[in-house]
Amino acid sequence: MTGNRYKIAIVGGGPGGLSAAAHAARLGVAHILLEGSPAHANTIQRYQKGKHVMAEPGALPLRSDLGFEAGTREAILEAWEQGLAGQQINVRYGAEVIGIQGAAPDFSITLKDGTGVSAEQVILAIGVQGNPRRIGVPGEDLPVVQYTLDDPDEYRDETIVVIGAGDAAIENALALARQNRVLIVNRSDEFNRVKEGNLNLVLKAIEDRRLECAYKASGTCIERTTDGRRYVLALTGDQGESRIECDRIIARIGATPPRRFVESCGIAFPGPDPAALPVLSSRYESSVPGLYVIGALGGYPLIKQAMNQGYEAVEYALGRTIAPADEPLLAAKLRILPFGLGVDDTLALMQAKIPVYSAINPLNFRELILGSRITAPGLGEVIFLKNDYTNSFFSILAGTVEIEVGEERKSRLTLGPGQFFGEMSLLSGRRRSATSWAGAGCVLIEAPRREINRLISSVEGVRRVIDEHFIARAIQTSFAPEASYDDLKAIAASARLRRYKPDEVIFAEGDEADSLHLIRSGSVAVARDIGGRDVVTSYVAAGNYVGEMGLVSRTGRSATVRATVTTETVSLDAATFHQLLQKNPGLRDQVQATVRRRLAENTRMEGQPQSGDLISFLMQQGLGEATDVLLIDETLCIGCDNCERACAETHAGTSRLDREAGPTFAHIHVPTSCRHCEDPHCMTDCPPDAIGRAPNGEVYIRDNCIGCGNCERNCPYGVIQMATAAPEKPGLFNWLLFGAGPGPGQAKDPADQGDRGPKKAVKCDMCRDLGGGPACVRACPTGAAIRISPEKFVQLIHDTTG
Amino acid sequence: MHQSVLAFGRSRYLWVALAVSAAAVAAYALDSPGVPPNGGTGLGYTLGILGAVLILWLMSFGIRKRAYASRAGTVQGWLSAHVYLGVSLLVVVTLHTGFQVGWNVHTLAYVLLWIVVASGVFGVLVYLRYPRLLSNNRGSQTKDQLLGDLADLDARCLRVTAGMPAEFGEALLANRDRTLLGGTAFALLAGQDRSQILLPATGGATVLYQALPNPDQAALLDWLGQRLAASSDGGLSRQLQELLSLVGARRTLLARLRRDAQLKAWLEVWLYVHVPFSFGLLAALIAHVVSVFIYW
Repeated sequence: MTGNRYKIAIVGGGPGGLSAAAHAARLGVAHILLEGSPAHANTIQRYQKGKHVMAEPGALPLRSDLGFEAGTREAILEAWEQGLAGQQINVRYGAEVIGIQGAAPDFSITLKDGTGVSAEQVILAIGVQGNPRRIGVPGEDLPVVQYTLDDPDEYRDETIVVIGAGDAAIENALALARQNRVLIVNRSDEFNRVKEGNLNLVLKAIEDRRLECAYKASGTCIERTTDGRRYVLALTGDQGESRIECDRIIARIGATPPRRFVESCGIAFPGPDPAALPVLSSRYESSVPGLYVIGALGGYPLIKQAMNQGYEAVEYALGRTIAPADEPLLAAKLRILPFGLGVDDTLALMQAKIPVYSAINPLNFRELILGSRITAPGLGEVIFLKNDYTNSFFSILAGTVEIEVGEERKSRLTLGPGQFFGEMSLLSGRRRSATSWAGAGCVLIEAPRREINRLISSVEGVRRVIDEHFIARAIQTSFAPEASYDDLKAIAASARLRRYKPDEVIFAEGDEADSLHLIRSGSVAVARDIGGRDVVTSYVAAGNYVGEMGLVSRTGRSATVRATVTTETVSLDAATFHQLLQKNPGLRDQVQATVRRRLAENTRMEGQPQSGDLISFLMQQGLGEATDVLLIDETLCIGCDNCERACAETHAGTSRLDREAGPTFAHIHVPTSCRHCEDPHCMTDCPPDAIGRAPNGEVYIRDNCIGCGNCERNCPYGVIQMATAAPEKPGLFNWLLFGAGPGPGQAKDPADQGDRGPKKAVKCDMCRDLGGGPACVRACPTGAAIRISPEKFVQLIHDTTG
Repeated sequence: MHQSVLAFGRSRYLWVALAVSAAAVAAYALDSPGVPPNGGTGLGYTLGILGAVLILWLMSFGIRKRAYASRAGTVQGWLSAHVYLGVSLLVVVTLHTGFQVGWNVHTLAYVLLWIVVASGVFGVLVYLRYPRLLSNNRGSQTKDQLLGDLADLDARCLRVTAGMPAEFGEALLANRDRTLLGGTAFALLAGQDRSQILLPATGGATVLYQALPNPDQAALLDWLGQRLAASSDGGLSRQLQELLSLVGARRTLLARLRRDAQLKAWLEVWLYVHVPFSFGLLAALIAHVVSVFIYW
């Protein structure tokens, strides 16, 4: 180890790391910035050329010695480059850190090249992308090997080897194969674990010989050719050894998630959940004293947040106290509260008052409040209505809240300070199961779904408490509206939370009926064996129960129940259920009514065996997790595309539905259009939290979208596009009378390719701003297009096949 | 759930149209103007105004259909009303004429009205019947998928011919390049296949190719069949059999594509009568109204 010793070492040269280094440089602190790649801001460098980078959240002020404002990738990188040069930042590129040992004030950092650095404090800002997995063969450092592909159209008439068999490898290989000779090297004998669309495309391309594929093959070494102009990749595989002369090798064999490395530094995580964030103090300090974690790795995915934290972390590392940049935002939010304390004290008091939040570290709580709304609704004001689709989570800071429970015999439940509600819709993604009103002196914290989900996955205490409440309330809502909370707690203790994968059998026909399942999220299909054929007889959505028939009649299971999508149930054992029945005389009638209704439905469906096939088809299209889906009756559709035109005309020129694409069965066509999933896949990874859900169910994208494309990639149904607004179109009369534009309904200037701003994600928003319902359905002249919720599938199927 | 244009809203516009027609007939039967019934009597004017208003309203369907953000009912509701009230217009206007016709602009408007309504009724029938045929024919595939399958079959054919004597490759290439989908309006509507193929002409020392009509791939299948019958080379025979089955599949696929285009053409063709004639009707109606007022 050499004698390099610094006050602060910063690992990772992204926005957070750069900002930290810039601040350290300005303060004249001995520092070093270690970046594994050959340039700064590796992730942003990999963005496509000219990509517009946003500066969300807009309200947060920037606190950094480097500049940053929304603009093109190039402008931002250029500004940072200049900042780096101008501020004499001590940066070392190509310095991949493989280990950090020790604690303040004596860290030793080991680099991949074998050298080391020692520092008193370390700021870890490595993001969550991880390092690309390397090929691991001699010659892998030659310039022929690359781990990313920006623009496939840049390459032409080359021989390119793509190593890997995942979605990224396939997408790269297919794009490159348009203009190049491409060989894809697959270590296995098939492509598994890839998206079905990609699988079909790659197999077809191989069959059509547009793409070559070496199965069960792996590289053994890479060398220059004798003339030094090209390279040779030696492969070994089933067909023996071979040598491929090529111009370029692109390795897409995944990335190592940074967690293992982070843990190897001694940083503690709260649990094994992959979504869990490291344990941090309110000063970004990890469980290792003097080791600070900032940016995406700490749970802050936005550029501005990371830059602010870089600045603040340097201040903290130097032992100073500085109020975080978001302090004024929080102060404004907390002004409504009557405590008269500073921000930190108020937050501490809030945590003390609400037990479910007591287990959270102050930093996470701060972030939670920053993302939450604090409201003081007037007495009797409705907080949410039954059947609304909102999914935020409420906790009561002061005063009371009344909630109506029970289906037929309604009763009101009063919640007091410290309690919470709204977890049912949060967890199931379904409509609100009850209406709630504000009581006297009510002050609420309304936390958005994303923040709470983050807590649930990283703080065991929060998960446990919310789960327990969910089970108790689910039982209360469905079976025991009058039971006291203590009774419910006892029942809930015996209930089990179970999770099923898509297609997994929850119970099978003929099994002993030992339990009842309340579906907490997802949905199930009920099927019966009729003449040796599995006939689906019904579909049951979250919020309902299955398995009551066997329990009431005390016989075996009369049908097989399968999860259609990832499903969670609360299961009650037979003894508990019978106890409940005895205690609540009304319940028996209610359950028996359900049994009768289902029996009648079954008989009807069994009379139409093809109807079961239609349900199965709809479930295969992922409609089991839909809340509102566009279905086209092909016996009525004349193919006029008025639906698409209506969509485009009411949404800045881009249609969010593709009528013709998508599968058809029994004349029911499922076009490519958003089905507003219960638990929307698109929401899982939205850095600015721009995807929202309105009370009537629609999943929509707000204007603070930064155009990252995560939602587009995460949507399994391909209904999100990245688009800019279309050029202006003159009206019919302007065209007719004043000659505006080349034709009716055409853009004014067809050559207009002007900059219409950055590409943002667009999708169906159910025409929420129009009023009167979705334009596609309203514009269908023949009534072929309808939007319905899955609960109505049975009716639809009855109409279609009956 | 799904309901057709005729069944929309429990056919409420059928009842409206019947009421309008019945009222017109009753008024006509009860009216005794003292002169032979014609457009100039009190009732005649009333029916004329009603007819003109209906025509203007019916034509505004074209505007409503394109007013995508409109909250004025649904397009389906409008179409349902358009269909029923459009037919009732025949009753209203016929009574307005008082059964007087002649070689003049007034009767021109009346005749145009019949053409427009008749083409519209034809359109309704097509709309009710053809989508199902279209869907049955297409199966669960889209047109682009069918075209993709066609390209795929062509590629497979050429791959098979790569290992065969050159004439097969040339024949299959010519077959691909001279396959026609669509063509003239008549060919489209009749579902005619005017595809051709180039095949080696028999006889003569040099190989000459001649263009032959190849509807439903018949000429090619025939030629391949002959070659197979004449072949004594086992390898070639197997390749020919493979080609025959590929071309057979191609024939089925082409028939489906042609049927798809044919049905879609019928779904649209009536509009080429309905819309221009309705504008003609509008012009004749204006001439009719203006002339009536000039020659009061």
